[in-house]
Amino acid sequence: MSKYTEDDLKKELETKEYEYGFYTDIQSDKFPVGLSEDVVRAISKKKNEPTWMTDWRIEAFRIWEAMTEPDWANVNYKKPDFQAISYYSAPKAADPNKSLDDVDPDLLEMYRKLGISVDEQKKLQNVAVDIVVDSVSVATTFKKTLSEKGIIFMPISEAIQEHPELVKKYLGSVVPQTDNFYAALNSAVFSDGSFCYIPKGVKCPMELSTYFRINEGGTGQFERTLVVADKGSYVSYLEGCTAPARDENQLHAAVVELIALDDAEIKYSTVQNWFPGGKDGKGGVYNFVTKRGLCEKNAKISWTQVETGSAITWKYPSCILKGDNSVGEFYSIAVTNNYQQADTGTKMIHLGKNTKSTIISKGISAGKSQNSYRGLVQVNSRADNARNFSQCDSLLMGNDCGAHTFPYIEVKNKTAKIEHEATTSKIGEDQLFYCNQRGIGTDKAIALIVNGFSKEVLNKLPMEFAVEAQKLLEISLEGSVG
Amino acid sequence: MDLKEKLITSFLVYEDKISADADGKLQDIRAEAFSRFEKQGFPTKKDEEWKYTSLKSVLKHDYKIFPKIESAIEFKNVKNYFLHEIDSYKIVFVDGVYSSFLSETTHDGFDICLLSAALSKPKYKMVIDHYFNTIARKEDSITSLNTAFSKEGAYINVPKNTVVPKPVQIIHFSTGIETDVLLQPRNLIVVGENSHVQIVERHQSLNENVVLTNSVTEIFAGKRAIVDYYKIQNDRKTASLIDSTYVKQLQQSVASVNTFSFGGSLTRNNLEFYQEGEHITSNLNGITIIEDKQLVDNHTLVNHKFPNCESHELYKGIYFDSSTGVFNGKVIVDKEAQKTNAFQQNDNILIDDKASINAKPQLEIFADDVKCSHGCTIGQLDEDSLFYLRSRGIPKKEANALLLYAFANDALQKIKIPELKTRITKIIAQKLDVSLGFDV
Repeated sequence: MSKYTEDDLKKELETKEYEYGFYTDIQSDKFPVGLSEDVVRAISKKKNEPTWMTDWRIEAFRIWEAMTEPDWANVNYKKPDFQAISYYSAPKAADPNKSLDDVDPDLLEMYRKLGISVDEQKKLQNVAVDIVVDSVSVATTFKKTLSEKGIIFMPISEAIQEHPELVKKYLGSVVPQTDNFYAALNSAVFSDGSFCYIPKGVKCPMELSTYFRINEGGTGQFERTLVVADKGSYVSYLEGCTAPARDENQLHAAVVELIALDDAEIKYSTVQNWFPGGKDGKGGVYNFVTKRGLCEKNAKISWTQVETGSAITWKYPSCILKGDNSVGEFYSIAVTNNYQQADTGTKMIHLGKNTKSTIISKGISAGKSQNSYRGLVQVNSRADNARNFSQCDSLLMGNDCGAHTFPYIEVKNKTAKIEHEATTSKIGEDQLFYCNQRGIGTDKAIALIVNGFSKEVLNKLPMEFAVEAQKLLEISLEGSVG
Repeated sequence: MDLKEKLITSFLVYEDKISADADGKLQDIRAEAFSRFEKQGFPTKKDEEWKYTSLKSVLKHDYKIFPKIESAIEFKNVKNYFLHEIDSYKIVFVDGVYSSFLSETTHDGFDICLLSAALSKPKYKMVIDHYFNTIARKEDSITSLNTAFSKEGAYINVPKNTVVPKPVQIIHFSTGIETDVLLQPRNLIVVGENSHVQIVERHQSLNENVVLTNSVTEIFAGKRAIVDYYKIQNDRKTASLIDSTYVKQLQQSVASVNTFSFGGSLTRNNLEFYQEGEHITSNLNGITIIEDKQLVDNHTLVNHKFPNCESHELYKGIYFDSSTGVFNGKVIVDKEAQKTNAFQQNDNILIDDKASINAKPQLEIFADDVKCSHGCTIGQLDEDSLFYLRSRGIPKKEANALLLYAFANDALQKIKIPELKTRITKIIAQKLDVSLGFDV
């Protein structure tokens, strides 16, 4: 018998802290709390935005004012007070136009802690990174290499200045201001985010990556990502998130819009590791995100997400399969532990002919958490030969958590072929026993089994991310089975 | 005047009319149910549970809440609606009124009689107090409406260790002498320990006049009891039906509800199972074959509350023309219900361009040591199979029908009364407009 018992493991886990829970003391330029038309104007002014952008924000703000917060999701939480949040916070020293040497050493230290060493990464890995701290983008790497190919990858605030025609054309085209409560809020107050444009026929040579971090207390993060892949192009995009451990609930309401024109392909991967709250359920990030992609003819959009953080996750990366022969994919692992609640899934809207979609969703719940899959597969009357395959598997650990599935299937075309499958189970005692008798400890065995359970999704992640995601899974779940 | 207002005014009249029972308990139940309906009204599409089914077209008629004309019908005219090949107990209602002439009830060893009698006679009081309106969903406004107004229906009480030797048929005819009639039957079925009963229920209108039936059935299955319930819904296309069935099971009991929806303009089936003991099995089966603008909405709920229970759910749907199918299957596994096995399968075939299906198979699981799965498919007939049959000289129409029949067959095989199985097969053949050329 090993001396290290499950109780030890449990204790270790309880005391184990959120790795990224540190706070970096950087001087920041922060707006007073509250939201009004003036604040929206002030954000716009701060960013030196053209009038059309300001008007667009004001319009969104008016729409938002008239909306009420939705509560249909299967989550319970204290509604955020939108007047108690600061809508703009920027590290003071950050100026993305300067070279890395000018970057605040504190900031660099923070990246080091996060494991993203900006300059090292530049040399070693073929990943271009855009880093967004609190509300603004602080560093973008590899800009030059990319621009040689005609690829635009920059903070969206700069894109508004430098490429207004592109931003104007596509911003809000997939997620309009009227879309939902949080999308409207984001449209009104977003301060930064990433913008990416891949020109016709270009295959982006490296992974593009955005790293989001909420640093300041009492702020909300509202970033906006816009990715446009022109005809026949390809891009793989990564997104990662962390936040300091705080007792308050911080709001993160982002909007991501993907546009894949004819024959283009976008692969969008997320590893979401916002602060999930303490083990007693205190604090944590509210993650209310609207993500949607539009596929034109023969285009393909693939969402991959690993969700381990956030106190509340409420997010449905969707695909509108507008063009004929377009393909939508959704691969997701959502892990909830302690008091986390996740209501996540996808929407596949089939409009074009011969459109295909695949949904693989793996939910793992432990502790006192609640994990829901909510998905919609809609086949419209003109979408001939639409094909969908959905699979939602849930794994339960312990007796205080819950797993829920709410798939909606709406089909208005007789040629559609839809398959939906869902299973719920726990880690089998015999599986554990098998590992144990071959000398693999219980915690290792669980990691092994969970890894196997989520393999289909992990395989879809780019290499570097897959390793990170695997580690994350292990950390989030170790010792959850009692 | 819209229907809700009309119901409100009629309730006040109705309340005075019905004779009071000794302690006024029933009046309280009715009054409470009514006030709930008054508050909630009819559900709309904004209601999550009614997202895909609109009652608008059904509620626009000016329904008569208390049909006045009494009418008699001849057995020979309606013989075909009975399972006349076999001996059975029969409880028959014509326009909501009991027809003693067509019925065959009994009090010998077990009670198969009228709910109105059970509600008013003191000797049944204990049973009524103990069971009546205890599992019907009180938050459901349509069920509450039934609770408030219903006064007639079937009452079946089988004491323990009794096997009811022949099936019971509950048939509701609407003669259509008056048009726009609202019928609200209410059934109460109590099956004691180790007992067994088979029940076949049918709603049938005799002509094309509009009728809306809002039926509520409560079924209690005692320890080790076996209850088989069959619903035949093959009404005319002017008839609409909202059927709510609630089943409560005690340990080791087996309850099966089979729903065959072939007719009606709008059919909504609410079917809820509550398991109150260990080693319970619940079976839910359904076949839906509809055409034109018909709509069938199956809403099921299985609530596993105790360990070591099972539920098996199988719904098959075939949709022609511009018909619409709705399936919402919910399985809830409570924290205590370890070692639950819950399986749900919903398969659909859309035949024509304008047919549509909205499905929402739903799992809510709070226990970790369970095996739960649900599957949902929407597709077409296999081209290869079709080709195979046609290459052997079977005409297209018949080949299609054979494959559709085979598709529905899984659910058909669950029928335990052979004559009923033959009957349903015949209805399916009729629906597919072929003679299947074999007897089953």
